Amino acid sequence: MPTIELAGKTYEVDEDGFLEDLDKWNEEFAQAYASTEDIQGTLTEEHWKLIHYLRNYFQQFGIAPMIRKVCKDNGIDMKKLYELFPTGPAKGACKLAGLSKPTGCV
Amino acid sequence: MAKSETPLLDELEKGKWPSFVTEIKKAAEKSPMANDLLHQLELSYKDRIGHWKHGGIVGVKGYGSGVIGRYSDRPDLFPNVQAFHTIRVNHPSGWFYKTDALRSLCDIWDKHGSGLTNMHGSTGDAILLGTTTDHLQTCFDDLSEAGFDLGGSGSALRTPSCCVGPGRCEWACVDSLDLCHHLTMNFQDEIHRPMFPYKFKIKISACPNDCVASIARADFSVIGTWKGDIRIDPAEVEAYASSDLNIQREVCDLCPTRCMEWDGRQLKIFNEDCTRCMHCINLMPKALRPGEEQGATILVGGKAPIVEGALLSWVLVPFMKLEPPYEEIKDLILRIQDWWSENGRSRERLGELIKRLGMRTFLRALDLPATPQMVKAPRTNPYVFFWPEDIQQEVK
Ligand code: HEM
Ligand code: HEM
Ligand code: SF4
Ligand code: SF4
Repeated sequence: MPTIELAGKTYEVDEDGFLEDLDKWNEEFAQAYASTEDIQGTLTEEHWKLIHYLRNYFQQFGIAPMIRKVCKDNGIDMKKLYELFPTGPAKGACKLAGLSKPTGCV
Repeated sequence: MAKSETPLLDELEKGKWPSFVTEIKKAAEKSPMANDLLHQLELSYKDRIGHWKHGGIVGVKGYGSGVIGRYSDRPDLFPNVQAFHTIRVNHPSGWFYKTDALRSLCDIWDKHGSGLTNMHGSTGDAILLGTTTDHLQTCFDDLSEAGFDLGGSGSALRTPSCCVGPGRCEWACVDSLDLCHHLTMNFQDEIHRPMFPYKFKIKISACPNDCVASIARADFSVIGTWKGDIRIDPAEVEAYASSDLNIQREVCDLCPTRCMEWDGRQLKIFNEDCTRCMHCINLMPKALRPGEEQGATILVGGKAPIVEGALLSWVLVPFMKLEPPYEEIKDLILRIQDWWSENGRSRERLGELIKRLGMRTFLRALDLPATPQMVKAPRTNPYVFFWPEDIQQEVK
């Protein structure tokens, strides 16, 4: 099992760097991780809103929401989503939110 | 002679056909990745199980699609394929490349990956097989520099593809190459940033021969067609008559609607019964040509057999003129995608959604009137089957 060290703590992650255990997540994790997903500086209000939204959804349904739902529920469009998370909602946002890897098809 | 390390794969080199094993072996001479790939594959054949883990999530900046993550589940044995990601490169319309474009593609891939390619994948893209996570961005940068872009993957619009059409083929009823390029440029966002319930494929064939099999492989199929009469050149008909083509048996008798007549001198077509299957035109290309008024039929719903079983696309718009700037078709695509995104469940293809909610609902949402030409499946009767003895043997 690969591990990653962020803000002085060690976390177990999969080979793409997704957190293995949702409950090990904390805000320092997200902040320390941000730079690897091309987000400069501190996470903003808008980042946190999305991160918490994703975590709530995941806790409730056990999967990541569809992108359209993410945009609708948060009143943003795709462009904004990629501005906030340049590596994309699946790779960037879900990773910082500590969700396990979204299963997607090729 | 030394014993082969890959006895099982070696079997796949026998016979007179090209072999991917031979190709991987050649690549293995200079690429440690290709070498580990070869040996992992041998192990897979031995263990009768694929040694790849389920797909990973990797990508390049600004894009949510275009790269397919792959990891070995035996990195202890095959460290060079621990990560072996695939890059999809958007192919040019109709797969027309200059050789120097191909060379630059190969050079980039030798620099960043295993050197192995799959030209082309079933989506149409040029497939670059096998690289590591840290090479993705730099490889993408080099590809961009050389004028290439990534294709679609995941729940995105997949790279549109089309037949060679007017580039080489006299039967083309629409400019499939131009339309494909137009749609690709127009829907960049949908290709690079997955936003749908699932994948969405657009394929364009310029005539009913449907060389890209759009009817079976695309959610949105565009197939060239014509209105009015098949054009006949009587002099060429005569030339065929005196060749070894048996017009009665091979052409008329095999016309699916039996709408042709041949009296030994003159060929007649009752065009109102023609279903534009292309059979006669394919057999007598010099004598017969598609009618003059040309456009395309738009069909929807095709997909491969997963979740709900295979579907063939069915007719939505019987005839549409297709000329730049293609506003009508772009608008139709947008409205369909919008309805699907709004109503589709996760992993539900367009055809499945239409089946679930009903064609009525779908038509109303698109504001299209139902017409008799919106054929779901021609001449189907679930109680009529063919037995082997019913099938006529060999014509000639
Ligand atoms: C539960 C596991 C999996 C499911 C449900 C699944 C499902 C699918 C589906 C639905 C397609 C697309 C078919 C279409 O074109 O409509 C597909 C394609 C594909 N899958 Fe999977 N897959 C799974 C695991 C894997 C694994 C483990 C690999 C490889 C290591 C893999 C490799 C591929 C490839 C290469 C294609 C593309 C084939 C093509 O484009 O023709 N899949 N998969
Ligand atoms: C015995 C070896 C293999 C066989 C028989 C095989 C077979 C196939 C087939 C039939 C398809 C779909 C048809 C097509 O592309 O036209 C496909 C697609 C694909 N394969 Fe393989 N494959 C093999 C090995 C691999 C390996 C080792 C990888 C990567 C680790 C791989 C990755 C892919 C990908 C990414 C696609 C999708 C291409 C697309 O976008 O259409 N394949 N493969
Ligand atoms: S689909 Fe028709 S136009 Fe296109 S390449 Fe095939 S025969 Fe030619
Ligand atoms: S195109 Fe097909 S249906 Fe039409 S006349 Fe020729 S063979 Fe018959």
